[in-house]
Parts: sequence; structure tokens; C-alpha cells
Amino acid sequence: MPLITYRDALNQALREEMERDPSVFLMGEEVGVYQGAYKVSRGLLEAFGERRVVDTPIAELGFTGIGVGAAMVGLRPVIEFMTWNFALLAIDEVINSAAKLLYMSGGQIPIPIVFRGPGGAALQLGAQHSQAFESFYAHVPGLKVVAPATPHDAKGLLKTSIRDDNPVVFLEGEMLYNTKGEVPEGEYTIPLGQADVKREGDDVTIICHSKTVAPALKAADQLAEQLQLSAEVVDLRTIRPLDVATVLASVRKTNRCVIVEEGWPFCGVGAQVVHEIQHAAFDDLDAPIERVTGADVPMPYNKHLERATKPGPEHVIAAVKRVAYLD
Amino acid sequence: MATRVVMEALSPTMEEGRLVKWLKQEGDAVDAGDVLAEVETDKAVMELPARGDGVLRKVLVPAGSTVPVGQLVAVIAAAAEDISALLREPGTGKGEGAALPPPPKTAVPAPRSQQPSAAVALPPAAAGRVRASPLARRIAREHGVDLTVVRGSGPGGRIIKRDLERAPAGPAAPAVAVPSAGYEDVPLTQIRKTIARRLAESLGPVPHFFLTVEIDMERAWDAREALNALGEEPQITFNDIIVKVVAQALQQHRECNAWWQGDFIRYFRDVHIGMAVAVDQGLITPVIRHANHKSLRQIALETRDLSQRARQRRLTPGEYTGGTFSVSNLGMLGIQQFTAVINPPEAGIVAVGAITPQPVADHGTVTIRRRMRLTMSCDHRVIDGATGAKFLQTVQRMLENPLAMAW
Repeated sequence: MPLITYRDALNQALREEMERDPSVFLMGEEVGVYQGAYKVSRGLLEAFGERRVVDTPIAELGFTGIGVGAAMVGLRPVIEFMTWNFALLAIDEVINSAAKLLYMSGGQIPIPIVFRGPGGAALQLGAQHSQAFESFYAHVPGLKVVAPATPHDAKGLLKTSIRDDNPVVFLEGEMLYNTKGEVPEGEYTIPLGQADVKREGDDVTIICHSKTVAPALKAADQLAEQLQLSAEVVDLRTIRPLDVATVLASVRKTNRCVIVEEGWPFCGVGAQVVHEIQHAAFDDLDAPIERVTGADVPMPYNKHLERATKPGPEHVIAAVKRVAYLD
Repeated sequence: MATRVVMEALSPTMEEGRLVKWLKQEGDAVDAGDVLAEVETDKAVMELPARGDGVLRKVLVPAGSTVPVGQLVAVIAAAAEDISALLREPGTGKGEGAALPPPPKTAVPAPRSQQPSAAVALPPAAAGRVRASPLARRIAREHGVDLTVVRGSGPGGRIIKRDLERAPAGPAAPAVAVPSAGYEDVPLTQIRKTIARRLAESLGPVPHFFLTVEIDMERAWDAREALNALGEEPQITFNDIIVKVVAQALQQHRECNAWWQGDFIRYFRDVHIGMAVAVDQGLITPVIRHANHKSLRQIALETRDLSQRARQRRLTPGEYTGGTFSVSNLGMLGIQQFTAVINPPEAGIVAVGAITPQPVADHGTVTIRRRMRLTMSCDHRVIDGATGAKFLQTVQRMLENPLAMAW
């Protein structure tokens, strides 16, 4: 199986879907001539022309609204945000237009649109450019929220998201674009709302998504090596709809759970997962569920403070020790 | 906010507790769930946990004192917090305790108003709720384990899955395919629960080993007959003689008259013999205090009194706790030899078998003599093989030459 980067996997997905369906088009800042701020759209302008790969002014609210309008009349837009931090300017179109129109038109106007771009922190981009917004969008009925961790998942999920008739918020990661993974040649898709067990284990469930999958797997390796603890790592992949069944099956097996996410703790994704678990698997819990999140502060610019703010393997291990009554 | 540390009801029937030892001192930082002190309840030595974070600011009750449930024994607060108002509360004065404040809401877990299910129903008298993980509760429910007899190893004494993996199963075994009338479920009585917990606490963690000696009882037999022929009350039993001899021997072998205390061993100067007495639905071990200083007659009198009141369930906690060594006798039931379970923190117990005529090799001929087997269970953390053997040797010599008791 070819080993390709996350960015190239996304590029393949876009290319394949644009070839497959002439109503799919890409629009955003620098997606055409510059081939994307993170080179996700490399070669697409050349392949599909400027009617289907559209460079926009720096005006997020405007081009997002154009995208929603295009979806209303039957196209399948993919709106690229240079980062999700800039998408805050467009959140009215995402929440008040895209998420609402199917409902408010009595089911007459589906909005088959994908909003995509990198979310979360990279390195020293400061408080305003280092934010994970999964829980913001997952809060809203009418939106689907996808956050893949690997090239394989990124490609399969983006293809499905483009084909979905609902607005999909697709969160990538600047630090993930260069990561490599095996991606099968040829056509495949991954259903939305299906978590993936990235590593099987018996003693504790670690739930994660997107960028936190890597530290979770690293923690699992160290737990096995140092404490002979076998951790199961569940990658949610889709935040909404949430794959509660996979989460519950794992927790019922291990009786303990740690939930890791990059975003802030308050009202985070993990808070919802905790609710689902305590509600449906209360009698299977042997310890209170622990959460590992980004620190509850604006991201510091200072390199060392930034590192301390992000959830790392050491935080995951500490939380696992607590739920396993080992500390 | 300051946290009042009160004497908690650590067993369902506990009304007062003896503060055995403070494990935290004034000025120590404590977190909720830390063990502050060891408390001897009516049944066992238990841990008194902190219910709040802060600094142990004030200890109001010295180790060794007995205080009623609900009384303030210490205060946890932030280092700079003013706790003078708390210290003025009634019930904090030494020796006081008649008019107690009700247990405060903040410091003592409220009794459960809802019972989890019939299968794990707590006795109505249970003052402290059982802390258990939901999984532990489910396992207990499914396997008929009574959580009140399980000791939790989680934070704050929470019972978790691993505690149940080594817990005794209750009588309500999982429903296998048994005809409905084929068995009877009998709820555990308090005493049965206590026995179950105490024995599990002993055989599990206490490394037992066993020593058996066969003793010639001809001369003890004659001595007893001669004594009883005097016609004085009370009549002396072999059990009385054995208690007396064991106490005398322990005085010479203090290394067997000890409590295992986790980080130290407490050797006792005096001998307090716990004797296992069978009562309805269980057993209890009333204690003959200072048995090494008591005459055979005194021991006989006390034994009668304690056994009788034990069977009537009228012993006070002070009468069945604090033993330093135990004697268990099944000889009158025809048992030749058995091994007894140590009653922690004691380090030893002797199991007494029946006196029976046995063929014995005696200078090249076989003669029939009255013999008795005595088996000592030793806590190997306290007593080594040779230590226990020397003690048993002394017991044997005394019984084979009863005058040695008067030595």
C-alpha cells in the first residue's frame, strides 16, 4: 500500500470527487494559483480550471455565504478555510444558514457543503491562531463534524463528506499535513459516524480524535512496556454523529476510560462522551472517567508554555494510572 | 472551608471507637481520602479517612482514647484559616460526650436513602454508606457478594473490581439451573458478616504456617481429676488447663505474644487470651485478660462467665477485643487435629484436639496413653518456625508436667 502524506490523501479525495461529480467545486483563499496555503489543492486548478477551483478575496463571511448559496441551488461546494481560526468570521453562515436551511425549508433545501481546513494549534502561532473548535460546531444540530487523524481516514472521510447531503465541518490539522500513512490505491470511502479502534486492549479505553490519536498511541505503548497495562485506543474520527456503540463496547470491556482532546475542557467533546458512557455503561465503570484536554487558557506564545498547555502522552499516562488505581 | 473530622460509624453497629493511632500529625497536609487515623471499632481496626483537603490543624483526641460516633476528633483547614469557632463546639472537650452535636452534613456521608437493590440491601443500622464503583456493585449483585464485608482499596475506601476478585462470595450464588425449591437463601447476620470479613482479612493477607505437637496428657489428666476430687467449685476443664498453660508459656515466649502492626510489631508484656466460643450462627472470641497472672480457678470462673454471656450475645466490645493470642478447642467435638485461622492483629492461635488413648512406643514396648494434638497457626511475619516450635515445646513440657505451672 502506498505511503502518502495526509495532505496528499486529501488532495486525492478532492481530485477523485471532482472527477466523479461535476457539481463539486473548491473555493477559498489561495486555493488556486498558490495551490493552497498548505498545498492541499496542489494541481487542482490546472486539472479543473478556475470555474471549479476558485480563489477568493480575504473575506470569509462572503465566500462562505456564496458557498451556502451554491449548495442551495444544487452544487456541492468545498469551502477551504486557511485555518478554522479565520472561519470565526464566517460562523454565521455555517450555523445560521448551512445548519438551518434544511429544517427551515421544511426539508426542501438540503445544503451539501463541506467546510474544511486546519484546526487546533500548530507551533507558536499565538492565542488567536491555536484553537480547536470541534465542540463549537458539534454543538449545533444540523452540522456533521469530522476530524480524521490519519491519511487513510482523511481521504475516506473527505470523500464521504463531499457526497453527504448535509453540511459537514471537516477539521484537519496543520501538524498532521506532513504525517504519512498507508492509503489504499483506488476508490474507498469511510462512513461518517464510525469510530475506529486504532489499537486493541483490555485494561483501559483511551478515546481520542485528530491530533490526540498520536499521543494516545504513544501513551499506550509506554503503558504496555512500563506497566504491562493493555490500553485500547479508540479514534472517534467523527465527532457528530458520535459512534456511541464503539465507545460503549470498549468501555464495557475495559471498565475504565480516559478521553483525550486538544480543545479546552469546559463543554468539550469529552464532556459529551463522558455523558454517553455514564448513561449507558454506568454499571460497567470501575473508576470515574478521566479527561485529558488542552489547558483551560488562551494558548501562550512562549514555546515552553505552549508545550505545557497541549495534551501529551505523559498526561494520558497519568490519567490512565488514576483510572487504573495505580497512582 | 474547614472540614470537621468526626468519629465515623465504621461498622454498622459501631457506637464508639477507640483512636488507636494517628497516622497524620498536626501540621501535615492531607488530601481527601488520606487515612488520618486507625480506629478500633466493635469489630476490627479500621481506617478513618479525611473528607476534605487542607492541613490537619488540630487533633482533639489523643491516641488511645475512646470517643462516641459523631464526636469531633480533629479539624482540617487551610493553613491560615481561623478555626477557633469550630474548636469551641460542644463535644470537643475532653471526657465530654453525653450531649453530642448531630453528625455534620459536610463531614460524614449521609446514610443512603435509597437502597441499590434487594440483593445488596444494607442493614437499616448502616450509618456509613458503602463506597463502591458501579462495576463493583454490579458484580456484587450478580454474585451475591455483600459489599459491607468487603474492604475497598480505592480512594476513600472505594470498593473496586479488584477487591471483589478476592472477596468471599455470599450465600446467594449466581442463579444456575436449580429448581426453585432446591435451596434456601438466608440473609447474612451481622455476626456472620463480621466472621466472613475477619477471616478473609486473616487468611488472605496473613502468611500462615502451622506447627503440630502431640502431647502426653496422662499427668494433666491425673492432676485435673485430683483437683476436681477436692469438690471445690468450679470444676476445672482441660480447656482451662490449656489456657493457663498457654498463658504461662507465652510469658516465657513473648516473641509469640505480639500484634503485627504493619510497620512495627507490638510485643505485649501481659497475656490476653482470646478463646473461640461457638455461639448460635457463628463464633466469638471473648478475652481472658492478664491470663498469665490468673490462677487456674480464676481462669475457670471467667471462662464460664464469658462463654455463657457470649452465647447470650451479651458481651461488650471490650470483652471480645484486645486479645494477644488465641486458643480454639474442638476436642470436645471429637476433632483429632485441626488448623485455626489467626485473629489479626494477633500473631498466633493454637488449635486443640481431642484427648484420645493412643498406642505409644515406650522403651521398646507399646503402651496405651492419653494423647492430645495441638496445632499452632503462626503469622510468619512475626513468628518464625523455630520461635513457634520453642513455644510449643514449653507448652508440651508444662502439660506433661503440670507442676511446672506453679514454677
